[in-house]
Amino acid sequence: MSESSKLVCNNVWKIFGENPAGFLSRHNNAPTTNNMAEEGYIGAVRDVSLSVAEGEIFVIMGLSGCGKSTLVRCMSRLIEPTAGEVLFEGRDLLKTGVKELIEIRRHKMGMVFQHFALLPHLTVLGNVAFPLEVQGVGRQTREARAREVIELVGLVGREGYYPRELSGGQQQRVGIARSLAVKPEIWFLDEPFSALDPLIRREMQDEFMRLQNVLHKTIVFITHDFDEAIRLADRIAIMNGGEIIQTGTPEELVLNPATDYVAEFTRGIPRAKVLSAGAIMGPVSGATVAGQVLVTTKIGDLAADIVNAGAPFSVVNKGGAIVGEVTRDAVLAVLVEKEGGL
Amino acid sequence: MNSPAIVSGHRPISVNPWLIIWVVALGLAVVVSLIGKENLPWAFKFPREWVIPISVWISDFVKWLLNEFDLGLFTFRELTRSIAWVIEQPYWLVRSLLSTGFLKGQGSDAVEIFPRLSWLAVISVVSLMGLYAKDWKLALLVGLCFLYLAVFGQWDSAMVTLSSIIIAVPFGVAGGLALGIAGFRSRRFELAIRPVLDLMQTVPVFAYLVPILILFGFSPVSAMIATIIYAMPPMVRITLLALKQVPSEITEFGSMAGCSPRQLLWKVQIPAAKSTLMVGVNQVVMLSLNMVIIASMIGAGGLGFDVLNALKRLKIGEGVEAGLAITLLAIALDRLSQAYARRPPPVHEVTSHGFIRRNPHLCLAFAIIAVTWAAGAGMTVMNAYPETLQLTTGAFWGDLVRSININYFDQLDGFKNFLLLNIMIPFKRFLLGLPWVAVVGLVALGGWQLGGWRLALLTGALALFIAVVGQWPKSMVTVYLCGLSVLIACAIGIPIGIAASRNERLNRIVQAAIDTLQTLPSFVYLMPVVMLFRVGDFAAMLAVIAYALAPAIRYTNHGLRQVPPHLIEAARAAGCTRRQVLWKVQMPLALPEIMLGINQTIMMALSMLVITALVGTRDLGQEVYIALTKADSGRGIVAGVCVAFIAIISDRLINAWSTRRKAELGLE
Repeated sequence: MSESSKLVCNNVWKIFGENPAGFLSRHNNAPTTNNMAEEGYIGAVRDVSLSVAEGEIFVIMGLSGCGKSTLVRCMSRLIEPTAGEVLFEGRDLLKTGVKELIEIRRHKMGMVFQHFALLPHLTVLGNVAFPLEVQGVGRQTREARAREVIELVGLVGREGYYPRELSGGQQQRVGIARSLAVKPEIWFLDEPFSALDPLIRREMQDEFMRLQNVLHKTIVFITHDFDEAIRLADRIAIMNGGEIIQTGTPEELVLNPATDYVAEFTRGIPRAKVLSAGAIMGPVSGATVAGQVLVTTKIGDLAADIVNAGAPFSVVNKGGAIVGEVTRDAVLAVLVEKEGGL
Repeated sequence: MNSPAIVSGHRPISVNPWLIIWVVALGLAVVVSLIGKENLPWAFKFPREWVIPISVWISDFVKWLLNEFDLGLFTFRELTRSIAWVIEQPYWLVRSLLSTGFLKGQGSDAVEIFPRLSWLAVISVVSLMGLYAKDWKLALLVGLCFLYLAVFGQWDSAMVTLSSIIIAVPFGVAGGLALGIAGFRSRRFELAIRPVLDLMQTVPVFAYLVPILILFGFSPVSAMIATIIYAMPPMVRITLLALKQVPSEITEFGSMAGCSPRQLLWKVQIPAAKSTLMVGVNQVVMLSLNMVIIASMIGAGGLGFDVLNALKRLKIGEGVEAGLAITLLAIALDRLSQAYARRPPPVHEVTSHGFIRRNPHLCLAFAIIAVTWAAGAGMTVMNAYPETLQLTTGAFWGDLVRSININYFDQLDGFKNFLLLNIMIPFKRFLLGLPWVAVVGLVALGGWQLGGWRLALLTGALALFIAVVGQWPKSMVTVYLCGLSVLIACAIGIPIGIAASRNERLNRIVQAAIDTLQTLPSFVYLMPVVMLFRVGDFAAMLAVIAYALAPAIRYTNHGLRQVPPHLIEAARAAGCTRRQVLWKVQMPLALPEIMLGINQTIMMALSMLVITALVGTRDLGQEVYIALTKADSGRGIVAGVCVAFIAIISDRLINAWSTRRKAELGLE
């Protein structure tokens, strides 16, 4: 894997049953679905390999029961995988001792939970300062740091409140602040917005993106909501039945779904929001152009301008060199496809 | 059933195979009973030479422990002494504070160097606790309960009792918490303690009073040790339950925050489980109070001693007043601890205050204590409630009972004799006439049908144990008293439960009544029945019925109420009358729950039955009681274990049935 990989999973398995390790080795580390059904084992995570790059938002998407929550717990070793490797900053988490693991979790990992998991007997301030408290950081220092992150998530004035006095959205802000208090290297978010109302969920997604633009964390984000995955992800891994079916950028998934299962998810997605100029550009025609766009600009963002301009735009890469041309008709085709709803 | 009969065109005759088995088994039992008297005498009376002398072994073992067992660094006797010492120190402190005052010197030469808390201070403090835990109504209730103690001359005894409760409860809670935590952390340990807990909760307390008496002597400390042992098992169970109920995400958060195992437990899991754990604390308080009278048999003193003494001398009035004092103490402590358990979670503070503004109740309590202490130096009224203002209703109760006995003697006696002659004695003779071989066989068969061979093995072995240790006839007397009491309790309780489930106002009244009934220590039930019917099986049965009534009502009511409303709507839509809805829909669905209520009724009846040994029954309870007076550990424990085994047999059988039925009905 590349040097910038923060977290790498190699052939991770999690099997539930009487003697999972024996079962796995009996079948040469490659049991089939039939093997499992016959012998009464359940494969929650099956031969998962992936790598999360430094600073990227890696979304794991799948329906409930597909094993995504088990996978993220294998990554942080909350659940002991049956087999495989989990490399965090190059060292295998599954081989670290208890003390070392506690140290890694204290200083390098943060996690946000679906149902917030706030401690009911502590105030907002107490909850946010808690991870520092267990490290043994003094009260003054930890509360000062806690106030910083509380301000970051916009909860100033609520420090003295208890979790049950807050709305769901506010509680999850506390959960986010708490997970950031130790300045983690890797940030796990397990369906953080699934328990919230749709409107609040939207707001929290925006808030999350705002935070990420400031913090640039390496993120593993779990969701069952494909729209959410598309909105937030740099890359998405789609899981089904414990396996990763396809990994790619939102654009790749929409353009080249690997299976019908993936295609089914991408079908209802407004393409203009996913596809970029690079995906629909043609060769340079020599016609007069009305402007310039980056290869990575989303169709939805340039549509209004190109339709108004009535002339093609040239497409440039990061270095500024012209790599192609995008026409009004091509853009309209994408938009109409969307309107047609397929 | 897709038997070949269908293929051949005939309707299959579906006879439940169990029916045949039971008919055959019962037939065999009848045959044995009829022809057995002469041919198989051993089947009726367990031969003396077959009895395994477990009781002797146990007695010898306890003696050996005490006299010879050496743990290397110290002897067993030294160990028991140091345990007693650890409990005695805080007890001495609290008792000095509440009851005797701090004394210097011994016996009558003792000089008070610091007075005890004034009765006014104690009443104020408990009222303030009520105010802090809930509201002024609770404060008033608790205050009045304690005022009764002062006004009716029960103060000194009550403070002795309260001191032992104050010490026993923290030990019971801490011990239960420790064992519960150990069980939570180690699955193996949990599996190991579960049967011990089952046994501890079904063995009558009397049974282990004897070894405690022998090991620790006749003293308040022994009484507290017995109380702690008695009150601890529910705390262990509740701790296990509470920790398992902590949402997995909370525990995962704790791990992800980098908690060490110890931090995870004390900073995350225990605080998150606090509200359930408080229910356990309430349980420990109530069970400790339930032990007050029994514990006085091995030296507890206080109110329990007063009641026991009055009961022995048939001083009705004194007994009632002391018994009422225990009841009021129980009600006050129950309501207080419940209120603490249910205290709403904290609310944020708008601005921060100083210590006094944040803890007004605590500061006020200390202020009152200080003032009464200071005032007490000059005014004796502060130290003790003035005797001239004390009331007593002792004479009234005595007169009341006397007049009832004089005026209604014929009716009461006639009622008693009618039941005794027509129902109780015949039933007892019937049970005693059964061959033990047949009973053991039928119990095992029941286990087989309801829970497979494992259960059959368990129930059969437990029943066989009772025969083998030579307690069969006394056990049958226990079964007879318990069985009749439970039947009558159900006959009264289930209809009340049905009525309460159909009428909201009645429901509120019934709930309040059974809540109060369940707060009463079991001994209190003995007093009125003894007054009216004197000693004997009949009085015992009435006390057992009264004590065991509550669960029959509660579970029936609850079972009927939890029938899913859409099923009732469907029945109504199908045109059922109210009566039909009850009998054709609600009752069948509620039956498993009602059976669990009957199970609880049996458990409570058995625990009460042992206590009724005091009023002269001749069952296992009496055996335990005699062992206590003779300080014979083996005899007491064996008889106690027999009671426990009867309880466990009926509990396992009923639970197996109820679980299966619930599964069949898709209720769980």
